[in-house]
Amino acid sequence: MSKQYETVIGLEVHVELSTKTKIFCGCSTAFGAKPNANTCPVCTGMPGALPVLNKKVVEYAVAVGLAADCEITRDIRFDRKNYFYPDNPQNYQISQLYFPVCRNGKIAIPTKDGGEKWIRIHEIHMEEDAGKLKHEEKENRSVIDFNRSGVPLIEIVSEPDLRSGEEAVEYLNKLRLMIQYLGVSDCKLQEGSMRADVNLSVREAGSVSYGVRTEMKNLNSMKAILRAVEHEKNRQIQLLAEGKNVIQETRRWDDGRGCSYPMRSKEDAKDYRYFPDPDLVSVHISEEWILEIKKRQPEFRSEKIKRYQTEFGLPRYDAEVLTGDKALADFFEKTVQLCSRPKKVSNWLMGETMRLLNEKAMEPNDIPFSPKHLAKLIELTESGAIGTTLAKEVFEVLFAQNIDPERYIEEQGLKTVEDTQELNHIIEQVVKKYPKSVEDYKNGRKKAIGFLIGQIMKATQGRANPTLAKEMLEKRFVQ
Amino acid sequence: MNLMKLSALELGKKIQSGEVSVMEAVCDAMEAINAKEEALHCFITVDEAYAKKRAEQVQNSIKNGELKSLLAGVPMAVKDNLCTKGMRTTCGSKMLEHFIPSYTAEAVQKLEQAGAVLLGKTNMDEFAMGSTSETSYFGGTKNPWNQNHVAGGSSGGSCAAVAANECCYALGSDTGGSIRLPGAFCGVTGIKPTYGTVSRYGLVAYASSMDQVGPVAKDVSDCAAVLEIISSFDKKDSTSIQRPALDFTSALIDNVEGMKIGIPISCFDSELDSEVHNAVLTAAERLKERGAIVREFDLGLMDYAVPAYYMIACAEAGSNLARFDGVKYGYRTEAYEGLHQMYKKSRSEGFGTEVKRRLLLGAFVLSEGYYEDYYLKALRTKACIQNEFKRVFSQFDVLLSPASFSVAPKADSSLDNPLKMYQSDQYTVSANLTGLPAMCLPAGTNQNGLPIGLQLIGNRFEEKKMIRTAYTLEQAMRRKGEKNHVKTV
Amino acid sequence: MENIKRNHKLEKITDEIIGYLGILAKLELTKEEKKRARRDLEEMLFYVDKLNELDTSEIEPDYQMCPFSNVFREDIVENGDNSKAALLNAPEKKEGGFLVPKTIEGEDTR
Repeated sequence: MSKQYETVIGLEVHVELSTKTKIFCGCSTAFGAKPNANTCPVCTGMPGALPVLNKKVVEYAVAVGLAADCEITRDIRFDRKNYFYPDNPQNYQISQLYFPVCRNGKIAIPTKDGGEKWIRIHEIHMEEDAGKLKHEEKENRSVIDFNRSGVPLIEIVSEPDLRSGEEAVEYLNKLRLMIQYLGVSDCKLQEGSMRADVNLSVREAGSVSYGVRTEMKNLNSMKAILRAVEHEKNRQIQLLAEGKNVIQETRRWDDGRGCSYPMRSKEDAKDYRYFPDPDLVSVHISEEWILEIKKRQPEFRSEKIKRYQTEFGLPRYDAEVLTGDKALADFFEKTVQLCSRPKKVSNWLMGETMRLLNEKAMEPNDIPFSPKHLAKLIELTESGAIGTTLAKEVFEVLFAQNIDPERYIEEQGLKTVEDTQELNHIIEQVVKKYPKSVEDYKNGRKKAIGFLIGQIMKATQGRANPTLAKEMLEKRFVQ
Repeated sequence: MNLMKLSALELGKKIQSGEVSVMEAVCDAMEAINAKEEALHCFITVDEAYAKKRAEQVQNSIKNGELKSLLAGVPMAVKDNLCTKGMRTTCGSKMLEHFIPSYTAEAVQKLEQAGAVLLGKTNMDEFAMGSTSETSYFGGTKNPWNQNHVAGGSSGGSCAAVAANECCYALGSDTGGSIRLPGAFCGVTGIKPTYGTVSRYGLVAYASSMDQVGPVAKDVSDCAAVLEIISSFDKKDSTSIQRPALDFTSALIDNVEGMKIGIPISCFDSELDSEVHNAVLTAAERLKERGAIVREFDLGLMDYAVPAYYMIACAEAGSNLARFDGVKYGYRTEAYEGLHQMYKKSRSEGFGTEVKRRLLLGAFVLSEGYYEDYYLKALRTKACIQNEFKRVFSQFDVLLSPASFSVAPKADSSLDNPLKMYQSDQYTVSANLTGLPAMCLPAGTNQNGLPIGLQLIGNRFEEKKMIRTAYTLEQAMRRKGEKNHVKTV
Repeated sequence: MENIKRNHKLEKITDEIIGYLGILAKLELTKEEKKRARRDLEEMLFYVDKLNELDTSEIEPDYQMCPFSNVFREDIVENGDNSKAALLNAPEKKEGGFLVPKTIEGEDTR
């Protein structure tokens, strides 16, 4: 008789904020700089350097807190978290323990039965990121780059309200969308601008007390999270079933091997000796400032979904897909401004665009062509200047090179053939070549005309206007 | 006469008028340094080439009329915990023996912009932890008045260099009395301004909530002039204050009519040397003669100042010195296996005994389970002491006390008894705990020829009242012919 | 180490405590230094006793020396290419980075 166990999960999510500069100094956060170029005495822990707080970081953190329905702490402080590690230039991290910027929020996630469930947010606080370590296997050494040191992070700590890997993924997706919509981070798990640690424990179904929990790190994709949750849940249940105890520890997930192992270090006492950073002063967040931040918040997804239906007449499905990613929604809106055929734009984005993006493992943020050019292509297709099949081919070139479709069509001579003289000439050739189909059509097999139209299209490299060709053929056979 | 015997303002005037050149002043400084350094060891680094290059630059600027500052061209020295771009900055430690910053401390920048000529970096207790300058990795600094005695610390090098006329003035730093104590021992004048008045950017941090940079000079006028130049709002320092009225030289008034001067009775305890005690009483008389109302009063809580100071200072220092790990700069041990051993050996070999002691204390005070009872208790005590001083300054304008309970101790007599050494800061730490301005002023010498120093403490932002009192006292003592500064050494 | 962490009424500094503090402060002490450290810390306990004479139950800790709050910078880039200056004093460097003994992969704390 095996016991029924319930999985209890809490998530600690770190989000890299997309401010131009770091949290405590004026160094650029731009990606791709040469190692240690975007540094200064502050973010490299030089003697005598001092931190100065980036105002935008506070605003972004408050914006996230407001969107997650949190209480904003009116007087906040920064504390030093003291530990030694080479990616930590001061060997302390400036974070917030005692007076974090936001507390007691909640986020709704959809449940399997179509309903909704609230996941409570314990707190959100600001902190600085560490540098990057690169491991040199051969020499048994590591190389440190401090470009990332000091990049602003917010850490979002949930209550242990999640009950499965799927719920965890829903929560992360919701969080990610919300943060993308606020424009404060691009939130990409794979790139590290969003990092999730999973705290997991199990308990007998029906129990109200919590089991011993473990913390798992190095979860770099949603799939990895699902796998890790499953594995850890089973591991803990197995231990308990054998009468053993779950040890409170931090474990590292190895997605390649599909298992986790403990990150034990005797050299670290995990005693961070938090104390208020004496180099920084407290921040008072006034009512006026909060209102200002609220005013600047962009339209949320739920509002867009409504608006796309009412203003653009899109079906709910389209609205949901388009707003499922802020970059996609932005692209849609920009294109519609230039093209005013919202349903067509929607079709092109949801269809061909998403297809090519997925094929090339790209994201909507990376769409390599401009709204202007897409708008043009749509106009050309709708006006009949180019056939739909050909339009799809032109789209592939648009995606690859962001060509101006109008110019491209001219240059490549792809314009739909609508010159009746030219078409007539081709029709003559085709009719001569396929007398049997002509015969079939005349004998009542109307579908045979399809074959003939196909041949006309082939002869014109797809440029013939199929409707016109059909009309002309029919006229001819009537005679 | 060697130009270094002049006060900074006197020399500055002669330079502006063209009577002497900056190069002459620098050469005189080098002569003095060469003559006295072997015995006194005030400097860790002397950069003659740099000083001479600066001398030319500054002289040109003065000639063009670009530099009109009262102190333009005057040779000075800077404590070796203030970063100087391109010039070694060691903090008196093996850990930074070869460290060359790529940036200059704001206070030093301000002086250089006003035409100061930097001669070199002065000796100090390692990372400013000490009261004698003997914990320096590079050896202690001797007292110019008697080389068997210490110069005091931690700004011992700066104070001794000024006292020995190796330079005209210097910068020091003060976290628990580190300008005032060696200033008193060496018979020079030094000021620790209100916390936040001088930027801490580029000052290697010891205890961030109490560190301040300040001037060390031969008299009150010089100190006021230097303080005026280095005080400014700095946006690179979050604890920097925007203050109006930084014209401290306007407070050089020889008059204390109607000012209320308080002398805390608690400072007259049994430890206090009788000659120092008398010096305080004499000073009180001088001030009364100039119109001040002087009276003794009860200053409570002073027994708690030193313990609170040490717990807070060590906690902050432990965190501030964590960055010295042999990774990015500084001393790295030669033989190690693995990262954590590299950390431990580099730090254990790079730091001296006193520093290691305070780092352990600091870790202890903040560690899990003790934070509340030790660190927070110290912060509450600090709040109480602040309230007490608020109450006191509602009744008085300036406080007068000894700077130390004795004159400079003999060399090699203090380091074995750390707690006793900590107690020697008892008069000075309150000003750091409260962030109030304080200064030391020479008041003659004892029967053995060692200088006696007085301390004045002002209310927050009221350096001018304090400077006025000091100036009046100084002028009064000069008139009485009391030997009070080192024009005679 | 659990017994160390929760002991408020500490009267004796044990070797275990000294060892623990050595880990926190990353210091390796000689036997002599450990002995001295124990003595120093025990004397420090006198300080604590002294402070306990003062009733501070109604007093808020004084966290900061500055009488003001809200000191900020604007989100404007100020740096150029600082790589040379950053590495100027590096004990060991390679390809523009600081070189250290290998860290344990994934001990990423953030």
